[in-house]
Amino acid sequence: MNNVERLERARHFFSMIPHGNALGFEVVAAEENAVIVRLPYREDLIGDRRTRQIHGGALVTLVDQTSGAAVICTLDEPEAVATLDLRVDHLRPAEAGRDVFARAECYRVARNIAFVKCRVYDDDASDPVATSMSSFMRASSTKGNMFAGK
Amino acid sequence: MTELTQLISEARAAGDYQRVVDMVPYASMLGIAFEADENGRLLFRLEYNERNIGNSLLPALHGGAIAAFMEHAALLELVWNQETVLLPKVIDFSIDYLRPGRPETVFAECHVIRQGQRVANVSVTAWQGDRNRIIATGRCHYLLTRSEDEQR
Repeated sequence: MNNVERLERARHFFSMIPHGNALGFEVVAAEENAVIVRLPYREDLIGDRRTRQIHGGALVTLVDQTSGAAVICTLDEPEAVATLDLRVDHLRPAEAGRDVFARAECYRVARNIAFVKCRVYDDDASDPVATSMSSFMRASSTKGNMFAGK
Repeated sequence: MTELTQLISEARAAGDYQRVVDMVPYASMLGIAFEADENGRLLFRLEYNERNIGNSLLPALHGGAIAAFMEHAALLELVWNQETVLLPKVIDFSIDYLRPGRPETVFAECHVIRQGQRVANVSVTAWQGDRNRIIATGRCHYLLTRSEDEQR
């Protein structure tokens, strides 16, 4: 699978997720084991009117969905995955008015479980807003599999 | 008094929980609500909304929406109990998913496990329908601002 196919797979996965679409997530790039997603800044994502910064919870959702996409782009055949656990460290607030990006990397796929790390940043990828570690359960059946029949 | 402490005092006096939800745009968008029971314990709700769906085939709520709801419930618990004069800042958040979220209301309650001078550790439990069938547990640390002297 090349990166164009990975990008297509990630975008198909994203297109099937109403809540991610409601928040405005856009897949920017897909690489081997990794996916990059943009969250455009929006007023209704604000977590503190005083600072106008994006809510930490919106970043957690961005991390969850981007991390899931990284697992799906790592698998030979796409399948449904479910988040088992996820931890986010909020290193600093995202700058008000700026879009944020998440880059998730799936660094291990076992028979049942996949492991992902993710980094959220605004202008500078080396100065992250948040970092995350998560694990995902792979599908045991085709129930809920967005790729079934595709 | 800060803008926050004044708002909370007024909301508490009026029993106006929604006003405290609506001070944060993202919380209103998700559809968070809460109120105190007869013992004064806060019960949080994430009202069902199609926009919060993560998998339309199952269908199931987005795990991120459940996480955001739980993270914000912990914030509301601290704010309502007037433990901070500015909105607390989330330091970290960790969630374990136990069951998929069905397309219906999610409930949550918070326990402040430890409250220091600067940091609060809050445990959050979420369920739907049957309170014993927990769908997720969460834990977060929040940074508090105790007095106006600390604020910049």
